[in-house]
Amino acid sequence: MEKITTVEQLKTICIAQQEAEKQERVSILVCGGTGCQSSDSQKIVENLRSELAAQGLEDMVEVVRTGCFGFCEKGPIVKILPDNTFYTQVKPEDAKEIVESHIMNNEKVQRLLYLDPKTNEHISDSKHMDFYKKQQRVALRNCGYIDPENIKDYIRQEGYQALAKCITRLTPEEVIEEVKKSGLRGRGGAGFPTGLKWQFARGYQSEQKYVVCNADEGDPGAFMDRSILEGDPHSIVEAMAICGYAIGASEGRVYIRAEYPLEIQRLEKAIESARECGLLGEHILGTDFSFDIQISFGAGAFVCGEETALIHSMEGNRGEPTTKPPFPAESGYWGKPTNVNNVETFANVPVIFLKGADWFSSIGTEKSKGTKVFALAGKINNVGLIEVPMGTTLREVIFDIGGGIKNGKKFKAAQTGGPSGGCLTEKDLDTPIDFDSLVAKGSMMGSGGLIVMDEDDCMPSVARFYLEFTEEESCGKCTPCRVGTKRLSELLKDITQGKGTMEHIAELKRLSQVIKDTALCGLGQTAPNPVLSTLAAFEDEYIAHVNGHCPAGKCTALLKFYIDPEKCKGCTLCARNCPVNAIEGTVRNPHSILQEKCIKCGTCMDKCKFGAIVKK
Amino acid sequence: MDMINLTIDGQAVQVEKGSTILDAAKKLGIEIPTLCHLHMHEIGLNNQPASCRVCVVEVEKRRNLAPACATPVAEGMVVHTNTPKVLEERRTVLELMLSDHPKDCLTCAKAGECDLQKVSEKMGIRKIRVTGTAQSTYPLDTSVSIVRDMNKCIMCRRCETVCNQVQTVGALSGVNRGFEAVVSTSFQVPLAESVCTYCGQCVQVCPVGALTSNTSAVDRLMADLADPDKVVVVNTAPAVRAALGEEFGYPAGTSVTGKMVAALRKIGFDYVFDTDFAADMTIMEEATELAERLQKYIKGEPVALPLMTSCCPAWVNFIETQYPEYLDLPSSAKSPQQMFGSIAKSYFAEKLGVQREQLVVVSIMPCIAKKYEAQREEFSVDENPDIDYSISTHELAGLIKQFNFDLKNLEEDDFDDPLGESTGAGVIFGKTGGVMEAALRTAYEWLTGETLEKVEFDDIRSTSSGIRKAAVQIGDLTINVAVASGLGNARKIMEEIKAGNPDNLHAVEIMACPGGCVNGGGQPYHHGDFSVIRKRQAALCGEDVEKKIRKSHENPFVKKLYADYMGEPGHGKAHELLHTTYAAKEKV
Repeated sequence: MEKITTVEQLKTICIAQQEAEKQERVSILVCGGTGCQSSDSQKIVENLRSELAAQGLEDMVEVVRTGCFGFCEKGPIVKILPDNTFYTQVKPEDAKEIVESHIMNNEKVQRLLYLDPKTNEHISDSKHMDFYKKQQRVALRNCGYIDPENIKDYIRQEGYQALAKCITRLTPEEVIEEVKKSGLRGRGGAGFPTGLKWQFARGYQSEQKYVVCNADEGDPGAFMDRSILEGDPHSIVEAMAICGYAIGASEGRVYIRAEYPLEIQRLEKAIESARECGLLGEHILGTDFSFDIQISFGAGAFVCGEETALIHSMEGNRGEPTTKPPFPAESGYWGKPTNVNNVETFANVPVIFLKGADWFSSIGTEKSKGTKVFALAGKINNVGLIEVPMGTTLREVIFDIGGGIKNGKKFKAAQTGGPSGGCLTEKDLDTPIDFDSLVAKGSMMGSGGLIVMDEDDCMPSVARFYLEFTEEESCGKCTPCRVGTKRLSELLKDITQGKGTMEHIAELKRLSQVIKDTALCGLGQTAPNPVLSTLAAFEDEYIAHVNGHCPAGKCTALLKFYIDPEKCKGCTLCARNCPVNAIEGTVRNPHSILQEKCIKCGTCMDKCKFGAIVKK
Repeated sequence: MDMINLTIDGQAVQVEKGSTILDAAKKLGIEIPTLCHLHMHEIGLNNQPASCRVCVVEVEKRRNLAPACATPVAEGMVVHTNTPKVLEERRTVLELMLSDHPKDCLTCAKAGECDLQKVSEKMGIRKIRVTGTAQSTYPLDTSVSIVRDMNKCIMCRRCETVCNQVQTVGALSGVNRGFEAVVSTSFQVPLAESVCTYCGQCVQVCPVGALTSNTSAVDRLMADLADPDKVVVVNTAPAVRAALGEEFGYPAGTSVTGKMVAALRKIGFDYVFDTDFAADMTIMEEATELAERLQKYIKGEPVALPLMTSCCPAWVNFIETQYPEYLDLPSSAKSPQQMFGSIAKSYFAEKLGVQREQLVVVSIMPCIAKKYEAQREEFSVDENPDIDYSISTHELAGLIKQFNFDLKNLEEDDFDDPLGESTGAGVIFGKTGGVMEAALRTAYEWLTGETLEKVEFDDIRSTSSGIRKAAVQIGDLTINVAVASGLGNARKIMEEIKAGNPDNLHAVEIMACPGGCVNGGGQPYHHGDFSVIRKRQAALCGEDVEKKIRKSHENPFVKKLYADYMGEPGHGKAHELLHTTYAAKEKV
């Protein structure tokens, strides 16, 4: 694309693109997010294109590979514009039918439409699906709508006009003021006011400053940032440039996990095309403002999401945090003033300038403005990526958008904030979700992972899972985290293996408090949260374990398998399948399990056709 | 200077802006326990990882506890260092550390000197309530100089900081994550395969028994002392006498030469000699080499300059691994230890009429790199080393304690002849600048033919920084000299040389340890107090002044040795016995 040297030129291209879109006949959008790609969505794109070519329609119908639509549960997703038809779980071989039926004969492929579980009716337009009804897409505004690898698509969505506005019409101070006014808070987890952070970085004088985008998303089950960078990389490039202008930096770095190749590839492409168009580089849009971005790769350490650890890692040092102050705003990357923001935080920035701080702050709650992206995972029907206004309740998220609990089970808890957060329970379902309410509940917003647990989940085991994660991901620098998380996880192991005592529970509480109070960085300080929050809500479950019983029936060490002699027909199937020969009995006579041999693998239970095997 | 007012434990205090809570507490005489923290501004060491969390205190309006060592003071701050909450949590942090620490304190090499032990005692830890059992395990890494028992590592990172920041060697870094995190070499190779120079500064700063010196030679020495067929000869380096007393209750800076000699004799050494004698020989050889190189330089012939001293084995290791392209710069003269060994096993063995295998030569050194040096291939004849055992000051103190000698009440004794006679020049070898000054005393008289009246070269004596430079007038000749201690400063000099030697240096003295051998890795632990090192330096200067002869070339026994046995310095037999070669090393 040609170089854009003036604001007018940028607007002209935007309008031209919008016009072209209006005249565009039909567009087929195919999800190119990591999830759908691993379900062969690239092949769908290819098949659609070759089918269209075979029919001589390649000039009339455009196939666009977009970013994530969010409804991962039903992926791969194919959406057809302008009629907004939303096809789910599309396979590459469906391409022919889509082209022949939908495109050529204007007949929707019924079997690929979303089936509403409540009404059992097909829904064609995603607007009418419960999954989308309560969502409001701000950070994800372009995901699943534009081709992330085509800068023109982004420009059509008024892309780079926020940057143009900032650098030609606003002073850096005014830019910061606008961000402050919007009420935007850091989406990485802690919720620090973004404008204030920018103001701090601006306040330190230095010839060189840096803007860093934290794309080291590491919470288990979280993929918000990855989806944004895969689906709308230019919004991050634009926001970083705005931040650079505001704080007085000419260089930006994106710290990204090397294990996310698609995200890297799309971002690299975006940076490259922004450079080609003159939207990065020297004298952007003919102004005195110059800014460029480079990518730094991380090796996938959770702790590198902590900003000081991230900076050390970028400098080629061991990724471990240092004590604050000094904050990066004063002494960050190479000792220079540095502003670190998370991907989702940046994704919100351009919109604030396009629609105004007042518009942005009209969304959300009193102290948490805007929306929040969550990655829904766990025992929930609609696994996927959602974005809701701050203040939406957990009930709306889980039951309306998420479609409730899988297999009709009972909701037990939801973990927000990943390993740093805590679990919310039944009584918290109607709490409006925002930064402060979650902290008050002993959890935290975190970066947006939301893992739903049902009645089959054992809470001490859940706590153990998270502690094993933090124990492994601790950098090992400070004593409370290095040794403390290990000790917590050992205590939890004992409890879930039936070796726990009431002293274990008391020690869990005591140690958790010490680690919270004394650990060096956020990772350690929040590591005990899963323990403390599960203890607060489910202490009875811990006590049950101490008494030799796992109420959820998850902890194998506390389980015993029995054969009900009334139900057993003596078919021998269980005995033949037992891997350790722990079942004895003769044909047509009730069998029994030798407890000392049994490894509790559950094979007998799976195999028994008469429901004769029970676990207690 | 901006001042900050705060309150600690109810007492108001005013400190400079930028101070930490720990600094402010110190000003009030409140001692907050620390483990990882180590600040020795004199040598540019500031280890402030705030990682052990032992120094946590309560700061009002703060949601969690603050590490006193790394939390800057703020106006109006209210700090409590000893609330029940602070004490309880501090104890728990210690218990966590102890729960992953071997409990072999009785037999630990650091017993009695261990900071973890001291803090635990202070905090009254009698029981480790933390119920976890797993203990991190790492293989023991035994090099000839340093033993790494990383099971004892508490991740204070002091070793890493001194190795990287001060010495710029870069042998150590944190590796692994979580419970497995530990300080190690690149790719966790044994220390012997790493760029480690064995300077031992890490051993000096390790608060626990994770890094200690290899003391295995002592057992073999004891067997030899008990063997009636062996003649056991010992020589003691200058820095030893200035520090040994600290282990026996003498204030730092007390020179205990006579008592040390007496103790060695009582331990059973057949001959007690002085490494200073060999130091005088070193000067004879190095001054000769310097004079020869300078003559070539004056004539405009190609010559390797500056001449760099080669007494320090850690420095030799450093240049061999880090600057192998400059191996023509160091003097080819052996170090005093190795000159002593060479002469002892040739001249002295012949004089006694014993085979070299029968003669056991022991050196007492402030240094643990000397252990490595003693076993370098170049320094043995038919696999019989010139120096059989190199023992540190710290190990000698241990021996004296085992033998149950009360150093304070021993009657002072004198070194034996002939290898016990030394000059003031030999004594100052133990401190930074000493070798250069000794060399200049001799070079001046040789080159000018005049007597040097004032033997102190004040320009290179200043202790203000790690590098001193001076232009020394010797007759018509101006010699540009530099003195550097600490390998980080050695690196700076090497980088200057790489950049074309802009100051036109002719001679450079390097000692690997900041402050010189008095701060060697084998010396009694300084526990972070650099004033101890300064006092040891002063003790050596004091001994120099006391000496009747203060110039190496005037040592009558050295003169006799050359006349009777070796001929001219730098040539023939002297060159054969007293010089060595260097080789590039590839390490990770």
